[in-house]
Amino acid sequence: MPVLDILTYPDETLKQLSKPVTCFDDELRQFIADLDETRLLAPGCVGIAAPQVGRFQRIVIVDLSKNRKPVENHGHLILVNPEITQWDGMEAGREGCLSVPDFTGNVIRAKTISLKAFNAEGEELSFAFSGFEARAVQHELDHLDGLLFLDRLVSRHNDLFKRKAQKKK
Amino acid sequence: MLKWYMLTLVGKDQSGIVAEVTAALYQGGCNLGETSMARLGGNFTVMMMVSAEQNNTQLTELLAPVVDSLGLHLHVDQIEGQLHQHLSTDVMITVSGADRSGIVANVTKALTEAGLTILDLSSDVAGSEQKPIYILQIDGHASEGVEKLHAALQIIKDDGVDVHMQEIDTLIG
Repeated sequence: MPVLDILTYPDETLKQLSKPVTCFDDELRQFIADLDETRLLAPGCVGIAAPQVGRFQRIVIVDLSKNRKPVENHGHLILVNPEITQWDGMEAGREGCLSVPDFTGNVIRAKTISLKAFNAEGEELSFAFSGFEARAVQHELDHLDGLLFLDRLVSRHNDLFKRKAQKKK
Repeated sequence: MLKWYMLTLVGKDQSGIVAEVTAALYQGGCNLGETSMARLGGNFTVMMMVSAEQNNTQLTELLAPVVDSLGLHLHVDQIEGQLHQHLSTDVMITVSGADRSGIVANVTKALTEAGLTILDLSSDVAGSEQKPIYILQIDGHASEGVEKLHAALQIIKDDGVDVHMQEIDTLIG
């Protein structure tokens, strides 16, 4: 199967709201396989969202199991119609994106999130994510709402990290 | 043919410098690449990668009216462009302590020997006039791994300054 083309900023279509998946069929599962193959071609890429390849449906893939630096993770995840039900804490971290090549920046995300989603078979699942995995999930979910990390950039300098350290005392 | 230049502008800070300089460049048909502006102790500084058809002298003449009216010093060098070749940051190091001479020299020497490539560095003198403190923030790439840097940081700590290193894992999604 040919690998899918990735839409890159400033492609206006990336800004649209994606629609929920209603039909969990073989066509969906084949698309998800192609989407993952596309993700795997990008070195170090831990997640991808369907709208990044021009399919405006609420589907993301996140996989932190092969992250360069080992982090807590739930393995390879297919999240269809995902919804954050709870979040807590805030933390700045550095992000990049296949749709914004050659640029990284600091973004604030929730430290922990609870999430409900369906898998590719249409079974409902719930998760509790934290840290880097929670960040990856939030980054991908933003694509479903037409947001890029560029929309959430904070200072390139590091005062946000320092403030976090002070809060712990 | 388009050539890349590094323009360095320094002067007393005042509002409107960036707007006036970039307007003059735009009207002269030039394009900007990466730029970095900072106020250092009340002084305005900016470095701008500019691509232009003009030669060095023509660029200097293009900016002369703005530079004169704002009281800036301009320096122009022809350079290699090299956009889109960013090395990824994987560590952030913060150094702080009572201000004394040699902190940056000693810290960066130890880190460079341990394989650190410095990608971004800024420092500040804070505290009071009687008790100044020095704060240094470095973003870098650990070309020989983070463990070697930890060992180097220990040497710096033993010298009496506080050092914190945070690994930065950039999320690509």
